[in-house]
Amino acid sequence: MNHTPISRRALLARAVGAAGAAVLSRSGVAQTPAPSDPTKVPGRPLSDLGQRAAFERPRRVVAGIDQGISLTPLQDLSGIITPADLHYERHHAGVPTIDPHRYKLLVHGMVERPTVFDLEALRRFPSVSRIAFLECSGNGFSAYRDVKPELTPQLIDGLTSTSEWTGVPLATLFREVGIKPGAKWFLAEGGDAAVLTRSIPTEKGWDDALIAYGQNGEALRPEQGYPARLFLPGWEGNTSVKWIRRIEVADRPFMTREETSKYTDPLPNDTARQFSFVMDSKSIITFPAYPVTLPDKGWWEISGLAWSGRGRITRVEVSSDGGATWRPANLQEPVLSKCHTRFRSLWHWDGREALLMSRAVDETSYVQPTLDVLRKARGPGTFYHFNNIRSWRVRRDGTVVFGLEG
Amino acid sequence: MRLVAMALGAGVLGVACGSSGHERVAATPPDRFGFGRAATTAEIKAWDIDVSPDGTGLPAGSGTARTGAAVYARKCAACHGRSGIEGPMERLVGREPREGFPFGRDRRFVPTIGNYWPYATTIYDYVNRAMPLNAPGSLEPDEVYGLVAWLLWRNEIISDTTVIDRQSLARIAMPARGRFVPDDRKGGAEVR
Repeated sequence: MNHTPISRRALLARAVGAAGAAVLSRSGVAQTPAPSDPTKVPGRPLSDLGQRAAFERPRRVVAGIDQGISLTPLQDLSGIITPADLHYERHHAGVPTIDPHRYKLLVHGMVERPTVFDLEALRRFPSVSRIAFLECSGNGFSAYRDVKPELTPQLIDGLTSTSEWTGVPLATLFREVGIKPGAKWFLAEGGDAAVLTRSIPTEKGWDDALIAYGQNGEALRPEQGYPARLFLPGWEGNTSVKWIRRIEVADRPFMTREETSKYTDPLPNDTARQFSFVMDSKSIITFPAYPVTLPDKGWWEISGLAWSGRGRITRVEVSSDGGATWRPANLQEPVLSKCHTRFRSLWHWDGREALLMSRAVDETSYVQPTLDVLRKARGPGTFYHFNNIRSWRVRRDGTVVFGLEG
Repeated sequence: MRLVAMALGAGVLGVACGSSGHERVAATPPDRFGFGRAATTAEIKAWDIDVSPDGTGLPAGSGTARTGAAVYARKCAACHGRSGIEGPMERLVGREPREGFPFGRDRRFVPTIGNYWPYATTIYDYVNRAMPLNAPGSLEPDEVYGLVAWLLWRNEIISDTTVIDRQSLARIAMPARGRFVPDDRKGGAEVR
């Protein structure tokens, strides 16, 4: 572990201190009385629920009240797993409180046996777990449409998180209710105040969809769909309908608001792409990144995340000269399909201005495009799926800002 | 404390020793497990509120822009503005530009019901299930039909006397209807 969050914060503190504005990083430390020699006093007793070190204060950034988003602090995390309480949020009408004893999932429509499953029934089926990312298709908006130097990894790409999800394969429920011939789509409906709906091809249901009730070893958090949600690996987050209460199987899509007026992608040829489910391959360097300052030149480890909705990441390349030359980064095992992959690349900074970039390649040979290439394909006004290369400018004084090129 | 630990240890041990019949563990799973229960017609009806482009799911009732105007002023205008343009929440009304569908290439245009929504039935479905934000699912069918009519009238798609009901709503041709294309991204080398 070369760059744990605390060391990054220390770097930041140094930078902020130097700039004469020492507010940012002090709060957590100042409130915690730490003995001068912890070996000379007894420690705290056992407890029935652990908590973070008082010196660590990772937080989501919240925008909005009940209809907004909160973003995962990617720059504060190591490895690939997102702690459940830092998983990003996107709600359309707040977080509902659902009594697990009264929860039910109704499956009806083009099925042989319209069926109600309570939570106990769902949990009794053979279960599976998989580690996979979940990403809002609006993630990366600011790297495409609202570029400015003072952007953190969290503000750029914090609408992606990775968890171990546990649940029952939707295919198991499909077999249980008997999908009728001719069925092609299903409506997934949430039990929140938005009663949010999306149409999903049944093919995805047979493939790898889950009705998930577990997240990182515990029950889903309310913000993530407690007590049960749909989880569609690799697909835009909105389709993984939280608090799922109803599945209606049909022979056509339902054309809900979230797949017509929202979550469609206007293109430069005066059309809009619809049902653009899969998240294209993407990566972002999470260290070094704004607002960190590198205190001196020499060896630094560039680290970041890469992921693809189409399968495994096969390669991540890193550039320190704005894309003129690239070298392969090390991929940290496990490298899983449709999952965040941690990459690292050792870098010797010579003290001159540098433009750091990463680009991900997935198992379909898709290469994360430059902003110019993506804008040409999608147009400057498109609304979702912003997977262009992100860059960080390291200045001679060690400050790092989001790069406007790339 | 030690007693508790010993008791726990004994319990775990007991379970481990007591597990026999391991030959049954690898049984072939059945086609169906029989978990869950049959859904009743009443509970399906209570939750099956979705409305499709062909009008499936629309209830009895009707409204016009005139009946909808009063409902809009009372329950919607505070968030969406007096005429559906002012906000602060989502802009609902606007046909600009009259020609083309330039949202991908020109960031100046704001998508609205009038210039972006491909199906009028979606308005009914969404307003009925999710609006107003402070009392979702509280509107009567006549109120929803009236609001849909008002929104279509404000977007210059129908007149202020057109009656919107389960028959007429599915026949409304929205300006953006022909603009939507299926996803053609496939992975691989090409960026689309």
